[in-house]
Amino acid sequence: MTTPQCPLPVHGATQLELKGISYAYNSQPVVRNLSLRLKQGDIGCLLGPSGCGKTTVLRAIAGFENIAAGSIELAGETVSRAGYTLPPEKRRVGMVFQDHALFPHLSVARNIAFGLKDWGKAEHEERVETLLKMVGMPNTGSKYPHELSGGQQQRVALARALAPCPSLLLLDEPFSSLDVDLRERIGQEVREILKTQGTTALLVTHDQFEAFAIADEIGVMNEGEIQQWDSAYNLYHRPANRFVADFVGEGALMPGVVLDERHVETELGAIAGEVPLECGAGCQVDVLLRPDDILHDDASTLQAEVANKAFRGADILYTLLLPSGRKVLSLVPSHHNHAIGEKIGIRLAVDHVVTFRR
Amino acid sequence: MKISGFSAMLGVAVLALSTQALADEVVVYSARNEQLIKPIFDAYTKETGVKIKFITDKEGALLQRLKAEGENTPADMLITVDAGNLWEAAREGSLKPVQSKVLASNVPAHLRDPGNQWFGLSVRARTIFFNNQKVKPAELSTYEDLGSPKWQGRLCLRSSKKVYNQSLVAMMIAEHGEAKTEQVVKSWVANLAADPFPDDTKMLEAIAAGQCDVGIANTYYFGRLMEKKPGLPLGIFWPNQKQYGVHVNVSGAGITKHAKHEKEAIKLLEWLSSEKAQNLFADINLEYPANPAVKSDPVVAAWGAFKQNPVNVAKAGELQAAAVMLMDRAGYK
Amino acid sequence: MTSPVPTVQAKAPSQGAFAFLFAAKLDRWRLAAFAIALLIVVPLAVVLASFLSPEREIWRHLAEHVLPGLLANTFKMVFGVAAGVTLLGVSLAWLTAACDFPGRKFFSWALLLPLAVPAYVTAFVFVSWLDFTGPVQTWLRAAFGSSAWFPPIRSGGGVVLVMTLALYPYVYLLARNAFLTQGRSAMEAAQSMGCSRTEGFFRVALPMARPWIMGGLMLALMETLADFGTVAVFNYDTFTTAIYKTWFGLFSLSGASQLASVLVLLVFALILLEQLTRSRLRYTQSGRHSQSERIRLAGWRGGLASGFAATVLLTAFVLPVGQLVLWSARVFTQDFDERYLGFLWHSLSLGAIAAGLTVACALILAYAQRRHADSWTRIAVRIATLGYAVPGPVLAVGIFIPLAWLDNQLIHLSKTLLGHDPGLLLQGTLLVMLPAYLTRFLAVGYNPVESAMQRITRNLDEAARTFGVTGLQMLRRVHLPMLRGGLLSATALVFVDVMKEMPITLMTRPFGWDTLAVRIFEMTSEGEWERAALPAVALVLAGLLPIALLIRHTETRS
Repeated sequence: MTTPQCPLPVHGATQLELKGISYAYNSQPVVRNLSLRLKQGDIGCLLGPSGCGKTTVLRAIAGFENIAAGSIELAGETVSRAGYTLPPEKRRVGMVFQDHALFPHLSVARNIAFGLKDWGKAEHEERVETLLKMVGMPNTGSKYPHELSGGQQQRVALARALAPCPSLLLLDEPFSSLDVDLRERIGQEVREILKTQGTTALLVTHDQFEAFAIADEIGVMNEGEIQQWDSAYNLYHRPANRFVADFVGEGALMPGVVLDERHVETELGAIAGEVPLECGAGCQVDVLLRPDDILHDDASTLQAEVANKAFRGADILYTLLLPSGRKVLSLVPSHHNHAIGEKIGIRLAVDHVVTFRR
Repeated sequence: MKISGFSAMLGVAVLALSTQALADEVVVYSARNEQLIKPIFDAYTKETGVKIKFITDKEGALLQRLKAEGENTPADMLITVDAGNLWEAAREGSLKPVQSKVLASNVPAHLRDPGNQWFGLSVRARTIFFNNQKVKPAELSTYEDLGSPKWQGRLCLRSSKKVYNQSLVAMMIAEHGEAKTEQVVKSWVANLAADPFPDDTKMLEAIAAGQCDVGIANTYYFGRLMEKKPGLPLGIFWPNQKQYGVHVNVSGAGITKHAKHEKEAIKLLEWLSSEKAQNLFADINLEYPANPAVKSDPVVAAWGAFKQNPVNVAKAGELQAAAVMLMDRAGYK
Repeated sequence: MTSPVPTVQAKAPSQGAFAFLFAAKLDRWRLAAFAIALLIVVPLAVVLASFLSPEREIWRHLAEHVLPGLLANTFKMVFGVAAGVTLLGVSLAWLTAACDFPGRKFFSWALLLPLAVPAYVTAFVFVSWLDFTGPVQTWLRAAFGSSAWFPPIRSGGGVVLVMTLALYPYVYLLARNAFLTQGRSAMEAAQSMGCSRTEGFFRVALPMARPWIMGGLMLALMETLADFGTVAVFNYDTFTTAIYKTWFGLFSLSGASQLASVLVLLVFALILLEQLTRSRLRYTQSGRHSQSERIRLAGWRGGLASGFAATVLLTAFVLPVGQLVLWSARVFTQDFDERYLGFLWHSLSLGAIAAGLTVACALILAYAQRRHADSWTRIAVRIATLGYAVPGPVLAVGIFIPLAWLDNQLIHLSKTLLGHDPGLLLQGTLLVMLPAYLTRFLAVGYNPVESAMQRITRNLDEAARTFGVTGLQMLRRVHLPMLRGGLLSATALVFVDVMKEMPITLMTRPFGWDTLAVRIFEMTSEGEWERAALPAVALVLAGLLPIALLIRHTETRS
């Protein structure tokens, strides 16, 4: 069987580059001096709260918005700069929309074939079949969008966007309309599909788990700027600033004083670990404590009162009240079931201490 | 009236709206339009104190209305602008015979129903008009002659859908029989200079503008047009004077079978045929009075005297369906 | 209307009782829809019942000498008008909804104005200009000699031209609504797959607007098929000509009704066919409500767009109405009197009340169909909207006959029970006029409402239901606010159509209760077209009111 294939990508080449782009709406800056770069085959993600400008960046890359400064390059070609915007239809950029935007008047097969303008008829059908199989929905080509479930619509939207072999795929909150269960599963599937195709992709979301599930690299955005561009692990464990620390993952900030490059003194005692040299000894800092940094230990002398608890299956996330009145979070295997108001022993287990100067 | 409209709108006082008969009133269904009848009714009310309630509509609708309302109809009198529809109303049993010496003496026999169910009140003559710069009256003779080859491409006619033409052809059938009439109509169609016109006025204007040279129309359209544009090169001609005469139709009236104010209605009808009312009724639209004792409007009189077709106009109704079918066969649109 | 439902006890609402309550609630809507359909089916049945008295001779005559030519004429006209109104309506809708060009805001409402002018009036103006005796040809002859050629206006082409100019606003209004509410993501998705916006228009925006365009087209075609007044001005014979000829010429109402039934069945088949071809499709709004940025037409392209819109507006409204104003100025002193205030008031109040009632019924139908998309409800809805396809005078009789029967029964009852003859109770009251208008214009009200209803996704209903919001409350709190555009369009269309309506008004109005349309009839029945200009101008002015309301709405949205 000869399957119509997309041209083989060249690995390692820069596929998308944003150089200091800015965008304003009604003279209100929405995106400020933002840069990022994706190599061929990379899956990137812009993560941030709503209104942070992430969708605008995506739409600017697709060509739906005109940027006020900077430039956007696709495979080395400048497609947007101040005063120039290559029309979206000439960019070979695929897009998956938040609401899927499937054409209600076309069957699934014809939705997918929509962008296959220069393909022969036989190739058409083959490509559609291949894609339907790829997204795990063979033999559904004759259905209409409203006859599909949300997850199925999502897959069709992906297949449709991939059909014309875009040089870059943009996904705008693609899973937000799916239920949480489906979200993660389909996220994984999408990642696999993109990886086997070698498709470069940029995802926009406010949901960190979605971002973690799909992306290689994630940029956390706030107020039109990228706060940190990094891997999921680093965003969680080495957040660059308070915003990232707060937005990604859970945790609490606790005041402390730097003792030396391996110790910080807090009300829970001295925390041992690598302290980034933001300031020297005696410096006042806030220490980020993730729920997994605080372990439950019945033997510990350090006691805290259970203020709240959230059952998470394998674990329970406890909100603990320290004697000082400060609250911290602790993730504890769920067979350690304690009632609210009960006092339990805790212990610190930190290997890399994240501090922010006060 | 306005008040009844209001309460109707509120849907409150349905009973108050009942069209229960008042003693001194007559209710008229009229196909003759408001501006042609209201002044006459007003004059009657002024003279006698009898109020007249009327409603205007197309003949076909009024006939169906009478039929559907049956014995509860509020209408006492039906007025139409042609004999055919009066004949049809009589045939459907919606009218009742009226024995009135006044009417019998005022309305000539050929202008009223032989069974006295309806009476012509004004005469509408349908005659020949010509462009007096291109045609001499001597070239004209009869309706039938308009089909002769000399009028090839020079004739204009109004649509065959208008009842006036249907009556004209019906009266020709009465005169000649169907076969000959069909030939005449066919020869007219062959002579047409333009597609048949939607109304007489437009057709007369086309003759004046030179699109064609001769045509057939009702005289009052000519009168109205000449009042508005006196300079038009149009002449009037009375055809068939040596034979059956000019085709006439009537605008007339009958008393409904279930009239609630029969006496008052008959009085109104008699009054309408009287000398005083005849002038009002006919002159307002430049028609001819049905009552031979009454003189025409001076404008109308200036067109000259002519011989009317003496055949009873009821024939127009009787033969109307035949005439319509005949015109269809002849390709007259 | 929602009677207090007995509170279901939290403990044990028996499944059966609960289901019954629920079903009873649902059925109310369906019952209402069936009741409306029943009301409307009566006059239609009267028309259809004509087949009980066969008119073989008439049919034979018509089939041999009349129908072949008329059918050819009718097809020519219908196809011409269909192409014309679609072309004008859709292109203007797209230009004003999705593009920007000089004067767009003005044109977006002004292009609705031709709705206010009755088609037969426009027809008369056009014929008087462009026929042999009109100023155009007279001038041509003066300038180029008597052989100067001009296309004949009293022809199929002329009919199509005038009908198109008079009826395109139906398509324009609905298509514009569709384009404005389409959401931007579909178009953007198309662009992201390599479609230019022009291509996107043909491949996405246009097919997605199909139910709306078809809705407008159906209205235009039903009016075209049932029209007699306009074609009569051209003396252009169509199928309705045969109907009138049979009735007025051959004195056979049953023959005429049979012909009219054929027309209705044809339209019914057409509607079902259209429904069938899109039975699997859904057209809820996709994407954010935000609209795409308009396509800016600058320079000569903008000029072209403005020029196009201006030409349509000029020929369909400004020039004809200008002519009417000139004519009415001539007869103003002679014909105008204080009665005109009454005519105006009657026209406006009738239009407003009939529009309110019709749109309310349209809403019930659309809502019933939304809740119960079974074939019975669907057929009921389809039947309820057929009145627009029946030529006015035939329908007027169809309405009048059962009504007079009812009145006669009431009188009979009163006489036997009370020994008192109350006279006709119903006739000549609004109790009769309103259902009559409803029968005629429900289609006009239904189409915009139903297509707006389609935009609302069913998830919304389900979401509302989870909050315990159902039935009338759901309609009021969830649907009505979202249907505003469709409801306003429907109201304005019915309002204007009722004011223009003639045969039903003539036959059912109270004594002496004349409207502007009746006034036009009085003048035109004896061929005094130019005197009819005065009430026609008044009618146009009155029609501006509902259109202005509609405009205010669309303006706030675009």
